[in-house]
Amino acid sequence: MTADTLGTVEMAALPTSDTQKYEDRAFGFWIYLMSDAIIFALLFATYLVMLGNTARGPTGQQLFSLEHAAAETAVLLLSSATFGFASVAFAQASRPGVIQWLSVTAVLGLGFLLLEYQEFSGMIAKGAGPDRSGFLSAFFALVGTHGLHVSAGIIWILVMIGQVLTKGLTRPVASRVMRLGLFWHFLDIIWIGIFSVVYLPGLV
Amino acid sequence: MLGRLTIDALPFYSAIAAGGAAVTVLGALSVVGLITYFRAWRIVLFDWVSSLDHKKIGIMYVMLALVMLMRGFIDAAMMRSQQAIAFRSDGYLPAEHFDQIFSSHGTIMIFFMAMPFLSGLINHIMPQQIGARDVAFPFMNAVSLWLTAAGAGLVLISLVIGKFSTAGWTGYPPYSGIEYNPGVGVDYWLWAVLIAGVGSTMSGINFLVTILKCRAPGMHLFRMPLFSWTVLVTSVLMIFAFPALTVACGLLAVDRIFGTHFFTNAMGGNMMHYINLFWLWGHPEVYILILPAFGVFSEVVATFSQKRLFGYTSLVLATMAIGLLSFTVWLHHFFTMGPSADVNSFFGIMTTIIAVPTGVKVFDWLLTMYRGRIIFKPPMLFTIGFLVTFVIGGLSGVLLALPPVDYAMHNTTFLVAHFHNTIIPGVLFGYLAGYMFWFPKAFGFKLNETWGARSFWCWIIGFYLAFMPLYVLGLMGMPRRMEHYDIAAWQPHLIVAAVGAFIIFLGIVCLAIQLVVSIRDRANARDLTGDPWNGRTLEWATSSPPALYNFAILPNVQSVDAFWDMKHRGVAYQRPERYVDIALPKNTFIPATVGGAAFVFGFAVVWYIWWLAAVAFAVILVAIIIRSSDDETEVILPAIEVKAIEEARFREMEAASKNEMASDPGFAGESVLEATS
Repeated sequence: MTADTLGTVEMAALPTSDTQKYEDRAFGFWIYLMSDAIIFALLFATYLVMLGNTARGPTGQQLFSLEHAAAETAVLLLSSATFGFASVAFAQASRPGVIQWLSVTAVLGLGFLLLEYQEFSGMIAKGAGPDRSGFLSAFFALVGTHGLHVSAGIIWILVMIGQVLTKGLTRPVASRVMRLGLFWHFLDIIWIGIFSVVYLPGLV
Repeated sequence: MLGRLTIDALPFYSAIAAGGAAVTVLGALSVVGLITYFRAWRIVLFDWVSSLDHKKIGIMYVMLALVMLMRGFIDAAMMRSQQAIAFRSDGYLPAEHFDQIFSSHGTIMIFFMAMPFLSGLINHIMPQQIGARDVAFPFMNAVSLWLTAAGAGLVLISLVIGKFSTAGWTGYPPYSGIEYNPGVGVDYWLWAVLIAGVGSTMSGINFLVTILKCRAPGMHLFRMPLFSWTVLVTSVLMIFAFPALTVACGLLAVDRIFGTHFFTNAMGGNMMHYINLFWLWGHPEVYILILPAFGVFSEVVATFSQKRLFGYTSLVLATMAIGLLSFTVWLHHFFTMGPSADVNSFFGIMTTIIAVPTGVKVFDWLLTMYRGRIIFKPPMLFTIGFLVTFVIGGLSGVLLALPPVDYAMHNTTFLVAHFHNTIIPGVLFGYLAGYMFWFPKAFGFKLNETWGARSFWCWIIGFYLAFMPLYVLGLMGMPRRMEHYDIAAWQPHLIVAAVGAFIIFLGIVCLAIQLVVSIRDRANARDLTGDPWNGRTLEWATSSPPALYNFAILPNVQSVDAFWDMKHRGVAYQRPERYVDIALPKNTFIPATVGGAAFVFGFAVVWYIWWLAAVAFAVILVAIIIRSSDDETEVILPAIEVKAIEEARFREMEAASKNEMASDPGFAGESVLEATS
């Protein structure tokens, strides 16, 4: 931004510089993530409040499988790493690299959702669905909301793959991929919370 | 195909319900008719509905708020008249209908009157106050508007198709659960609130980023006008409090649709958890509403006392303190619902503490007026009315903050009197003051002051008559929300309250007349300078109405009261050496499409029309994907056109008298700043 000074009046050469615009968007997205983090915090609180309310139904100890949760964790954390590779490829201006790694990330995300689907449908088949007890309602709400976020993230990844294919590695696309990355890694952090608060204590 | 929607949903079962539906439908038809009559569809659609201009969005928010104020007031008038006659009689409203009315009154006044009014004032004024050309995210801003409108639309249509909730504006389970409330009423309430709540969260993010990132050069945080400061704190509260509402209502909706057990009686439900979540949002919400009104009062009191605001820093710190403390008092909404004595004591103490920063503010405003040359324009009348009346409401709040007192008073009309005594003078008077203060900025002509003053006197006299009797009734033990009663001693007070409501109605009529008269006589009340009140802050530096870009060149701020300071140094209206190209957001119909689809989605879920809900959701998703793939969202206004607009303004200003306040009695000239600072 260059500035001419006329008396005490300052003139901006560009109304809003593009850099400024993308910085604002990134900052706004961080704020959104904080707001979303509150939603998850309240769902965690709900889960903890409801933990004992099993209504003589199954408890976490009877339902959760550490192997399954570990597999979900591994797939999701790996997808965060592959997203990191996509970002690196972006920085190196490698269009095929970006598409490749974003695709791998989407596939891993789908894998995570598949594992979660297996877990949920297995529980429902055992009569441990969300309508069985307050505890199970809270479990499905917390883990399910995370799953919905992952689904939204996958749709977003597919849209970004489309944009990279059609538009190339342009400045606006870079800004969107960066924010998508924030979102995707944020979901990882939430999952680590779920793993530590839901699955680990549930099995101890 | 149509879920549970059948022909029985139409309100032909009762004359009053059918009348309400008829008024709603006729209102909608008359709007359509008027637009057609004036051949204004092109303007409405292409200049307004598709606009991303923060000023137009602000105006549309305020229009929505005023319409909903009417609707909410009709509810209030029905309750007051019912209670005035319902001594040993059923009155004219059946119980179920009465319950719908108090539920919709609260829901409308908080979510669809106060919230849009606040977003409207913020949208129009805050960017100008900090020297910005627009909000940070103009597109998201428009989406927020249309989501709010979608929620309001759901409340309105519930009068025509189906019924509204009978569970009060707070919707406590288990009564609001599917077991006790199988109809569509609670669903209408839930989805209206959820959809509008998403809009409010996005507004909060938008305002916060705008203030933190888009200020003009030299506009340090501690040089920002007080209104912008209150917006900053309110935005933080919106971002952190609204998720609690989303979670509370979302889980209740899941309970109702999927049979889960978050808040049910049996099967491990915990209804107190809803009440905690709801008030975790609900208490910050009252500060979300009132802080910007405090900001308006701060601007108005300084302008019309013709003095610098007393205790700027203490006002800012008090605002921050209120913002922080607002998260530590929510439990006082349910002292009587089971918390232990220790917990109650903690929240009782926190509640009395939050009165301290509010008291600081009251003294700051009083001391601003002290030795000022006060000019009694309508916004100033509302401000003085607020100061006197709000203190009474605050004091009754301190009473209620004591758990033992609350045990005696809770759920009585004393509580009703208390919160109306804070919200009407605190919030509504503030917004009305802001509306009259900034109207010339938005439209280029001033509102009629005689009718403004009449409206004020009706509002304040009506307020005292309507709510002081409720304090007495509460002490006499009258519970809130009573449809009829058989205690003779209550009736005289309720009749006085009904008379008060009628005088408030006259206040609303005066507002309408004021608008009509002002539009008729606008040629004599033009604001040619853009600075009708001898203003102090940057929004008065732009033309009235402001050009699309607000500021052709960004101002360079050197002090608090930036515009006053610029006028002083003689640099307020300098012609720049050259103009520059300005990027402006392009108009788009996507936000209105998202809002319309959200309305359809809400309606479909209320009636279990799942295919339609899926279609509406898909429309929203596709609309967002289309927008997020669009890299050409701005148009450039060339410097030459900016120059033409600005030159026309300079010519207009040369023809105008220098100061429009100069003829007012008590005008102290423009040099008071030095005398007091």
